[in-house]
Parts: sequence; C-alpha cells; structure tokens
Amino acid sequence: MSALVSDAQFRPRAKDGRAPDVFHPGRWMPMASHRDDELVDFAIVGTGCGGSVAAARLAEAGHSAVAFDAGPFYRPLEDFASDEREQEKLYWLDDRISAGNDPLQFGSNNSGKAVGGSSVHFQMVTLRFRPEWFKSRSNFGYGYDWPVGWEEMWRYYALAEDAMKISGPVRYPWGPKRGRYPYREHELSASALVLARGAEALGVPWSACPVATLSAPRGSAPPCVYRGFCKVGCATNAKQSMLVTFVPRAIRAGAEIRDLAMVGRIEVGGDGRVTGVHYHREGRWRFQRARNVIVAGYSIETPRLLLNSACPQHPEGLANSSGLVGKGLMAHSNNAVWGIMEEEIRWYKGPPSLAVCEHWNYMDHGKDFEGGYAFMSQGPLPTDFATSLVSNEGPFGAELRKWMAHYNHMAGLKMVGETMPQDENRVELSEETDGLGLRIPKVTFSYYDNDKRMIAHAEDFMDEMLRAAGASNRFRTSSTAHLMGGCRMGEDAETSVVGPDGRSWDIDNLFVCDGSLFPTAGGVNPSLTIVANSLRIADRIIELGRRGELH
Amino acid sequence: MAEAPFRTPYPSYDVLAKWDTPSYNEATRKVLRDRLANVPPRRFFSEAQYALLRALIDTVLPQPERSEKDRIPVEAFIDDTLERNLGDGTRFADLPPQRELWPYGLDAIDREADAEHGRGFVELSAEDRHALLSRLDRDEAHKQIWRKVAAKRFFRHILLKQAVKIYYAHPYAWNEMGFGGPAAPRGYLRLGPDMRDPWEAEEQRPPQKAEKLP
Repeated sequence: MSALVSDAQFRPRAKDGRAPDVFHPGRWMPMASHRDDELVDFAIVGTGCGGSVAAARLAEAGHSAVAFDAGPFYRPLEDFASDEREQEKLYWLDDRISAGNDPLQFGSNNSGKAVGGSSVHFQMVTLRFRPEWFKSRSNFGYGYDWPVGWEEMWRYYALAEDAMKISGPVRYPWGPKRGRYPYREHELSASALVLARGAEALGVPWSACPVATLSAPRGSAPPCVYRGFCKVGCATNAKQSMLVTFVPRAIRAGAEIRDLAMVGRIEVGGDGRVTGVHYHREGRWRFQRARNVIVAGYSIETPRLLLNSACPQHPEGLANSSGLVGKGLMAHSNNAVWGIMEEEIRWYKGPPSLAVCEHWNYMDHGKDFEGGYAFMSQGPLPTDFATSLVSNEGPFGAELRKWMAHYNHMAGLKMVGETMPQDENRVELSEETDGLGLRIPKVTFSYYDNDKRMIAHAEDFMDEMLRAAGASNRFRTSSTAHLMGGCRMGEDAETSVVGPDGRSWDIDNLFVCDGSLFPTAGGVNPSLTIVANSLRIADRIIELGRRGELH
Repeated sequence: MAEAPFRTPYPSYDVLAKWDTPSYNEATRKVLRDRLANVPPRRFFSEAQYALLRALIDTVLPQPERSEKDRIPVEAFIDDTLERNLGDGTRFADLPPQRELWPYGLDAIDREADAEHGRGFVELSAEDRHALLSRLDRDEAHKQIWRKVAAKRFFRHILLKQAVKIYYAHPYAWNEMGFGGPAAPRGYLRLGPDMRDPWEAEEQRPPQKAEKLP
C-alpha cells in the first residue's frame, strides 16, 4: 500500500458537494451533500453491487440517500497501474481471522475495499443462475429456497445486463431463452479457444462467456483494449464495474457517496428501531441520522456490522433473533487444471475468461453430488499464477524459473463450484479489535462431503477436457473464490435473517442488500445475481414507500 | 547433483524498453520507478536473519546470471512488508501473526541445518541447502523444532509463496517469462494462438523442460 500514485487512500475525495468524475483525470462532478444531523431517508453501508445499485434506484425514485464506503474513490484513468502489487490497494486487507478445516484466503478473490466494492477487481464473468436453483430445496432437496421465483429474477437479470452493457453471445446454449445481450461478444482469445476445442472433442456445449467489459464504446467509456489486467482493476474504464456504472448514476440522481468512511455501528432508538449510523472519517467518529439503514457490506462486513451493533434492545446483534446472522457463509470452490500447449497462448491478453462451460450446471445425470459447477478458460497474471503454482506443486530453485518460463504456453480451466450452506461455516466476532476499536471478524469455513465430491468430479472432467484440447504436463490447483450468504433471505423469521424485500424480520427500518442474502451459492460467479437481486430489492423498498409502509 | 541453470526463451526482450510508449501510463511509471530505484533498506530483521533470508531466496529463486546490481532483491521487500506489518487480509487462526511467524520460521530452518549438518543454513553448500528445503517441503523435519508451524506450511505457503509474489512482480522476471507487462492505455490487438503484437516478447527458443513437470 503506497501513496505513490495518488492520495486517494488517505484523503476523502467525495465531499463538499462534489465527487470524482471517474471518466476524466482530475475532474469532478457535482454531488448532493447532507449534514450529519439531517434525517436522510436511507443510510447505505457499502457501494458495491448491492449498495450502489440501491443508492441509484432509491435516489432515482426521489429518496434522499447517503452511501458510505470504507475504501477510496478512485479515478481509474489516473489511479490504476498495470501492476499486480500496486493494485492490491483494491482489496480488503484488514485482518480477518480465518479458521476451519479449509480456511479462506481473503483479499483478491473475494473482498474489495473501494467505492464500487469488489466489482472494481472482479473478473467480469456475468452468468445467470440456473432457474431451478432459486428453489433448490423444492426442486432438488438441498439448501434453501430463495423467496423469489426465477421468472422475476430473469426480468431483473435483463435489467442488470442492460445497465452494465454486458457483451455476450447471440445464442446461449443453456437455460431458457433469453434476449440478446446488449453488446456483441468479444473475439475469442487463444486461451478461450482451448476450452472450445476441448469441449467439442468431448461433445459438450461451450459458449463465449458473457462479460462486463465493453465490446463497443459507451458514453465516455471506450471498448476493451484487451490489456488483461481486469482482475487488478481496469485502467481504461471499459470494465463495467459499479464504480463506472451505478455509482455515477447514483450521484447524478441525487445520492451522496462518502468514501474513506467506515461504518462501525448502527444506532438503535428506544423503540428498537435504527436511527442512523456511526462512521469514522477524517480521524473522528461521526453520526449520520437516517430513517432507514441498508447494510450492503458483503458476506463478512455485513454480519460483522450487525453483530458489532449489539445493544440492550438487541443483545445478540441486530436482525439476529433467529441466531442466523453470520451463518450459512458460502464460497465457491475454485480448483483448476493447467497444462502446456504446443502453441503460444499468451493468456495475459484480454479478459481472462472468455469461454465458459456450464454443462454440469444443467446436467443432472452422471454426477454424484448436489448442485453444480461452471468452468471457464483462464488467464492469470504472473504473481497470481506463481503463487498458485508454488502453493500446490511446490517447485523451487532453477526448476521454478523454468516452469514459469512456460507461462506463454499455458492454458487452464477453473471451476466455480457451488458449496452447500452450513450453519458451521460462519462469520463471528473475535475478541480482538482493529485500529478503530471494532471487533474483527473470525470466519470459519470447511468443505463438506458433497463439496469434495463435486471438486473431484470437476477436476477429473476439466483434466479430460484439457487433455482432449492437446495440453501436456497437466497439474491441478485448489483455491476458493467469491463469498455468498451470511444473512440469508427467506420466507419466514425462523429460518432467515431478512424477508423477500431484504427487510429485517426484527427491525422494520433495517435492510440488507448484498451477496450475504444468498440462500444458496449457485454454480456461477455471483456479481450479476447480486446486482439483479439488488435492483429487485430496491423496487420492493420503493413500493413499500409508495404504500406508506416505510419508516 | 546440480540443476542445469535457467535460460530464458526471450533473451532479447526488455519490458522496460516500452517505458515511453502507450503501453505505460503515468501511474505505472511511478510504481515501477519506485520499485527499481528505491529498494527498501533492511529494518525488520537482524543482520544475521537477513543473511539467512538472502541465502534462502538464493536457493528458491537462484539468479546466477545476474550481477548484484541486476538481481531482484526479494528479501528487501519481505523485510519491508514485515517492518510495515502490511497484511494480506488473512490471519490464519492456527498461526502466529506474521511478525512472529517469520523470525520463528527462519530460526527453525537454521536449527534444522544445525541438526543435520552441525552448521547454519548460510554455511551450507547450494546442494545441501536445496536438499534441506526439499525435506522441509515433504514435512520430513524435526518435529520439536517446528512447534508453532509445520515445516512444509512455513516453507511452501509462507516463504515460497511470498518470494514468488515479489519476484514475479519485478520487470526482470517479466522479461525472463515473456510477460507483456504494462498495458495501459495500449493493450493488444492480436489475441489468437501463435499471434503476437510487435510490442510483445518474441520467443527465440523453446522453454526448457522442467524436470518435475508432471
């Protein structure tokens, strides 16, 4: 972490009635500015795929909203380097205690700390859930049903895809018919063609992957130039992260964003309702009054904040009468198979995952596990690949340098595998506190038998496909990606933290709107589903307001 | 037995030669200028610990073809990370914090060397150093020496992982592996197999066979 490039990490930028204009170096855009003692309609904690979407939609509906983010407000064009090490500044690097049989590695694969959240460094894969997964308990007998039907989610997926101008194929081989993607698909890179060749050899469908980077200009954003640093932040603004889509949209609609503003506690009044948020900015604690609070800090910070806000009225933490806050945390298994190709692949070019196979998300026969997995072509940057290589295979010495010199001939397939929700996989508070005096989270994660059977199946299948595509010297790596769950939404107060509209069962002016709501993980990257579900929740909150049912 | 030394497939490639082209934006220049010019001075480790760490780095990432001036100083950046206590977001519940763990692990490696050879790690031959680390990586270590962390876990998941994270973030490492390097605002045009833009590395000889490749 350094101040070499700019002071965005140390000095708030969004204040005094203006916010950074992300599309122009050094420029600003006007922004609403609320006083702390002004009672705003919504205080929103987080500006990622949940918070920025809620802020934009609520502001567009005429509500006053202030959205807080613990991270900086970057202008990618001037703040982002083509450098893995420097760009670690995009990750949530504060201490979290990681426990369990398969403890999670935080940071790059699952946690962002910037306005725009993890979407600033996501890999842009934007897939829809398989429709049946929204009722996985009813349809397949595992997990929990979502309190929403797939047809409704399908409508919101289309809205989310349009808002992010997803580039995708004309025909998608899996699931019910969908409309055309807003932008045409990207050219397939050499690494994507490896997946295509392997899939055709095995006789399973494959597809160009729908991705959130532009294939044609959009307003001030240029089309993707295939620089390949997507996972450490797009320096050209082609990537349709929340930072360049819903955040400016929210500001234009009248919402206020506060960067470098860490919310530490939600305040509760004598009637048990929330009254605002305590946040730390510019060296001191402040308090923003609000009629409603929406927590959108993702699967670790959202439960952490609810638990850290315990008070005499809610001694076990807010929204926690079910005892479920923090439970049902899920990750995706992210194991991979790699190999060496005769031809040069140069997988550092272009979005890393331009081809996808969802065969085992939609095929219910011939597998010995519940749930599904997708896998994509890969293009890891040097340190990302090297750390994975040594962790799993352990080469060192001249051998290691020789191995890494095959980088331009490498290809890989990596799974995004659904893990089952477990009460034991959870976020709790540790006894230790951070620099602000807030108790730091302790996260427990273990794979269960079904998860392990799926991983074994996926590794074997990907290995067979990579072999069929012509890869030699194949080896395997294990890791996880993404977070889901921790504040499950559902149809009743016994088995969920919030209801179908994200509203806490216990406190009627407290909402959750982010990936922590997921009852099940699904076998696809979560961002698009978080955005779609957030659009849905925002509509429901607006509707509550119209009916006079908001606080 | 000594390993054959490393030989790059891209002997004439220099990613820094693109410095004044559209492949570099100003943010990237600032970051790389600093990485190349301002090697952090030793502050966290003692002189002896630092010498041991240097010997370990020279074993896991030997750079015999580079002069001292051109060597990637991995140990300096490890020291800096610990001095500033920069975390990576994860503190494994069963491990001590990094500022305890590193000195403990280095000391344990030295004690392993002493137990096996009656000398410190720094005094071992290159072959003996390599053999000792191979044993640690197989967890064939003296259990009483590794009470706080298993040998393999420290060697592979802490030391080796951190070392490659620094080494492969250095432009000289990008040169040897033919990585395109900085690419903003100009990215790439040619994405297909065996296709190369003029500003990418040209493979002049095939990569060496790595003996332990599966």
